[in-house]
Amino acid sequence: MPQIPIARHLLRAKDLADARYAEPLDVAALATAAGLSQAHFSRAFRKAFGESPHAYLLTRRLERAAALLRKTDNSVADICVAVGLTSIGSFTTSFKRMFGCTPSVYRASFPPAAAFARVPACVVRAYSRPVLRTFREDEIAERPIPSAPLTPNLGGRHVQDRKHSAVGA
Amino acid sequence: MYKIANTQLWVHDQNEALAFYTAKLGMEVRSDVTMPEMGNFRWLTVGPVDQPDFAIVLMAIPGAPVMDEQTSIEVRELMAKGFAGTVFLTTDDCRASYESLRARGVEFTEEPEERPYGIDAGFRDPSGNSFRLTQVADFVGA
Repeated sequence: MPQIPIARHLLRAKDLADARYAEPLDVAALATAAGLSQAHFSRAFRKAFGESPHAYLLTRRLERAAALLRKTDNSVADICVAVGLTSIGSFTTSFKRMFGCTPSVYRASFPPAAAFARVPACVVRAYSRPVLRTFREDEIAERPIPSAPLTPNLGGRHVQDRKHSAVGA
Repeated sequence: MYKIANTQLWVHDQNEALAFYTAKLGMEVRSDVTMPEMGNFRWLTVGPVDQPDFAIVLMAIPGAPVMDEQTSIEVRELMAKGFAGTVFLTTDDCRASYESLRARGVEFTEEPEERPYGIDAGFRDPSGNSFRLTQVADFVGA
């Protein structure tokens, strides 16, 4: 059998970064996956893939964070943690350097996540139905008929909640 | 018109690949012939049992005179880096296929995940070639 190219071991480390970025993974763990010392690993990885393993792992995490900013309404802090980063300050700084704007501005430049949520019609109907208002008919005897518009109460909490205002309504 | 009959993947070692594609992926051998008059070139093809008219050629990376030494090294490097090709598989049930392949020893790089187009997972063969295993979602009208 021909000798296994070192690049195949480096690819294992790259696959690990792609699969387990959400965990507290660092370059030392990637080096272990490749079966190389950290210094040798970093040099060999850069030679094979054109960037350092640290840069690869960071940009993978930022790519995943950007997707979560577009697809969810989770907070920036939660997203930072969800992609395996621990410092919100350095997350924001790195994000801004790679994407040219802060996570919040990035999110605001896309349609809200709720626009893509596939909430089934039955759920939309169940949670959008307004609470019955009686226009105080029972008080009519004592007070004049109120001039409230004859529309459902659309200011209800469920309708304003982005998670529940959905397509297919 | 025409049909696709075979497509070729570079592999690190044909015996290693044969074991992986048959014992682990459950494919069948379609052809395994070694030709002495062609420098012991080995034509090795495998395919899914339920898809008899399509096969993957598991091709060893040749040296000179077929491929010059430098090119041979470069192809080997590209393959090992995972940039030499991808096979896209479809399945009726991604999670079930994932479980049965995993039970046979396939190491997945991506576990089954819901995506807009369906559910899919990913793994590699021993050489570094990537595979997607996709259960394509039925389109549901609004």
